[in-house]
Amino acid sequence: MKLPVTVISGYLGAGKTTLINHLLRNANGMRLAVLVNEFGALSIDEDLIEAEEEGLMSITGGCVCCAFGGDMIGVLEDMRDSKPGFDHVLLEASGVALPGSIMTTVGLVDGVRPDASLVLADADQVERNAADKYLSDTVLRQLEQADILLITKTDLVSAEKLSQVEDWLKTQAPHARTLRAERGAVPLEAVVGTTPLAGRRSSEPMAKSAFASTVLYPDGPVHAENLARALADTDAITRAKGYVKTDEGLALIHVVGQRYEVEAADGLHDIGVVCIGAKAVFDAEFVQSLVQTKP
Amino acid sequence: MTQTTIFSARKIITMNPNRPVVSHVAVRDGRILGAGTLEELAGWGEYTLDDRFADLVIMPGLVEGHAHTMEGALWSFTYVGWFDRMDPDGKTWPGLKTVDDVIARLKEAEGRIEGPDAPLLGWGLDPIYMNNVRMSRHDLDRVSKTRPVGVLHASGHILNVNTKGLELAGLLKEGTNHPGIPLGEDGLPTGELKSPEIIMPAGKHVGMDRAFLAADETGLRNYARLCVRAGVTTSSDLGQQLNDDLVAMFTRVTGEDRFPVCLVAFRINFGVGPKELVDYTATLADRSTDRLEMGKIKVVADGSIQGFSARLQWPGYYNGVPNGLWYVAPDQLAEIYERALAAGVQVHTHTNGDEATQLTIETLEAALRKHPDFDHRFTLQHCQLASEAQFRRMGRLGMCVNLFANHHFYWGDEHYRLTVGPERAERMNACRTALNAGVPMTIHSDAPVTPLGPLFTASAAATRQTASGRTQGEAQRISVDEALYAITMGAAITMKMDDRIGSIETGKRADFAVLHDDPTEATPESLKDIGVWGTVQGGRIFESSGI
Repeated sequence: MKLPVTVISGYLGAGKTTLINHLLRNANGMRLAVLVNEFGALSIDEDLIEAEEEGLMSITGGCVCCAFGGDMIGVLEDMRDSKPGFDHVLLEASGVALPGSIMTTVGLVDGVRPDASLVLADADQVERNAADKYLSDTVLRQLEQADILLITKTDLVSAEKLSQVEDWLKTQAPHARTLRAERGAVPLEAVVGTTPLAGRRSSEPMAKSAFASTVLYPDGPVHAENLARALADTDAITRAKGYVKTDEGLALIHVVGQRYEVEAADGLHDIGVVCIGAKAVFDAEFVQSLVQTKP
Repeated sequence: MTQTTIFSARKIITMNPNRPVVSHVAVRDGRILGAGTLEELAGWGEYTLDDRFADLVIMPGLVEGHAHTMEGALWSFTYVGWFDRMDPDGKTWPGLKTVDDVIARLKEAEGRIEGPDAPLLGWGLDPIYMNNVRMSRHDLDRVSKTRPVGVLHASGHILNVNTKGLELAGLLKEGTNHPGIPLGEDGLPTGELKSPEIIMPAGKHVGMDRAFLAADETGLRNYARLCVRAGVTTSSDLGQQLNDDLVAMFTRVTGEDRFPVCLVAFRINFGVGPKELVDYTATLADRSTDRLEMGKIKVVADGSIQGFSARLQWPGYYNGVPNGLWYVAPDQLAEIYERALAAGVQVHTHTNGDEATQLTIETLEAALRKHPDFDHRFTLQHCQLASEAQFRRMGRLGMCVNLFANHHFYWGDEHYRLTVGPERAERMNACRTALNAGVPMTIHSDAPVTPLGPLFTASAAATRQTASGRTQGEAQRISVDEALYAITMGAAITMKMDDRIGSIETGKRADFAVLHDDPTEATPESLKDIGVWGTVQGGRIFESSGI
C-alpha cells in the first residue's frame, strides 16, 4: 500500500499549527509523520514532544515531525522507507505555497500517494487576505486547489458571517468539500480517512463532533472504480476509505472530496468502506444506496 | 616592529575625491598608511620601496556585492556554457555552440572518470543561444548509457539527465503528470527537469549531492582564486544556511595564511523561522574576522523573471503567463524586518519583479515606524524591474540597491522579446535612475549565474548592450567612472563596509586590484577587456598567474 500524504496549506494564521497539534493529540494509535518546511514555522505542543534532535522530533504515540527544507522528495522517501512505517503523512506547506504543485511533486515519489489537498481558510480573515493586493492571487489559487476546504476560527465570527463566508468559499473552490472546524477540532478520520476497525462500527470522537459517518459493507464483489466515483460525486460525504471485494481480488478505495483512487490490495483485510461527512449534509441512507451501483 | 612598504605604480586610482589619483601608496600592518607622492609618504618614517607595480595601474580592490562561492565548487564539474569562461586555474574554456560540442566535451570528461558508475555533471548550458534547442536524454545517452549524466543549465532552474539518471531517480516511467517533467512521444520523460523540487532529488544521482549544494572547503578556495583573477578582494557569499559547523569551516578556510579574499557571508532565510534567523545572525557579527564578515541576513522575496516566477505588478508578463510566486509570506517578511531592525541586523532582500520590490518598500517603511534606524541600509538585490517612483521612495527610506547589470547582457534580448516586453526591458536594472534618486548603488554578477568579473559588470552597466549587440535602455547607461565607483565604494556602502574598504586612503585595508591598463581611460566597451595582474589583499600580494 502506498503511503498517503495530505498536504495542508493556507495562509499564515489560518490555523495549520492548531490543526496539526489536534490531529497528533487525537491520533488514536495511527503513526503520523508531520513534515514542515522549517522548524519554527510549526510549534508542536510541548507536552507532545518526546525527544528532539537535528531535523527530527519524536512525538507521543510513535509520530514524528520533521523539517524537509529544500529536499521534500528526499524526506518523503525517508518516511516511506522508515521501519516501523507510518500510516499517514501530513505535509504542512508554507503560507504562500500552492498545494497543487506540491501534490504533483508528491505524486512523483514511488510508493507514496498524494491523498488530499486540505486548505485551511480562516473565517475571519480569508476574504481580507483574498482582497489583499499582494496576496490575492496566491490565496485564491490555494482555495481553488483544495480537495477539502476547512473553515477555521468559526467561533470568531457570527453565524451570519460564517454562512456568508462559506457561500463565498464555495464559489471560489467549487470542487472542494467544505468543512467547519472550531479551534482545529476536526476528527482525524475526516482528514486522513479510516478503514473499519475490528469490533468498532463508529469512532468515538466523531460522535461528539460536527461529523457523521457510516460504513458500507457490500454483499458481493463490486466494481471498485464505479463505487469510488459515485462516492466522489456526492456532496454528502467528504472522505471515504476502505476495502472492497472485486472480481479481481481486494481493492482499497480512497475518496477525498471529488478525488478518488483505487489501489489493488494484498493480504487479508476486513471488507468495509468508512464514509465521513459533515452532519449538516450527511445522508447515510443515500450513501448506503450507492453500494448498489452496478457497472 | 612594524614595517612600511611603499608601492609605486603607473597610476593609482583612489576613489577618494580629495586626491583621486596618486603615484604611491604606503602599507603598514595590512592597512593603508597613506596615498600620495613618495615624498609625502616618506614622512611616516622608514620604508621599503616596492616597484613591482611600476608599469601597472592600481585601483581599490574590487568588491562583488552579490555572488555565491558555489561558483568555486562548480569547477569540480564540466563547464558546457555558450560563453568562454575562465576556471580557477586560469584556463579559459571555450564556449560551446552546439549540442554536439556539449556532448563531445562531456565525452572527453567521461574518459577521465574512474569507476563505471560514477556520475558525470556538466553545468552552464544555455539553450537560449542555441535557438532554444531542447536537449534530451538520448543526447546525453551518447555520453554514457551506463553512468548517470546530468547537465545543469546556466539559470540553475533546469537540469537535463540521461536515461540512466532518470532511472536512478525513479522517473523512467510512463504516466508522469508534472509540469516540470516534459514527456516525449514515447510517454517517457525527455530527461529535462524543470523545477527545484525535482532537480534536487534527481540531481543527487548525477553528482549534485548535498556537499555540492552546500559550501565545501575546496569550493571556497577555488572561488577565492577566481576572485584574484577578477581583481576582487571582498566578495559577498549571498545566502548560506549558516550554522555553527559551517561558520567554523568558513572561519578556518578564510583564516588560512594565503586565503586571498574577504568573504561576506549572509545567513539566508531558509530552514529557520524569523526569530531564530535574526537571533542567530545577530550573534555572528561578533564572530567576524578580517576575512570573514558575518551578521547580515538575506531574504528571498520572489523568483526570477526569465523563470516567470518573479512577482510583477500590473500588467504582468508580456507573454501573458500568470504572475510568479512569493518565496516568503508578506507577514513573515514584516516579522523579519522588525526583528532585524530591533536587533541592528542588516537585511538584503532578493526582489526581481516590481511587485516584490513594492512589497519590500512598504514593509520596510512600516517596520521603520516601529523601529526607527537612521542608517539601516537595507538593500534590494537584483531589483531588476524597479520603477522611478520606487527608486525615489527607496532613496527617501535610506535603502540601497544592487542591480543585476550582467543580466542585461545575458538575458536582455529575452526580456525584450518575451518576459517583460520592450518598454520595461529598457528600464531594467536602472542604474541612472538609482543614482538620480540618491540610492547608493552597486552592480553584480550573481556568480555562478553569470561569471564573476566586476570589470565586465561595469562595462555591462556602461554599455547596456545585450548579447545580440543592441543597446537596450540608452537613458540608463552610466559612465565608466560611475561604474567603477559602483564596483568599489558602491558595493562597500551596501554592505556597511565603506569605513574599511572601497577606496585607497589612510586607514583602510590595503586591498588593491592591480591592472594592466587604466580603466578610467577605457571606453565602456573596452573596460571589460582590461587585464588583471592580480590583487593585494590586506597587504598580501597575489598574482593571477601564480594563484
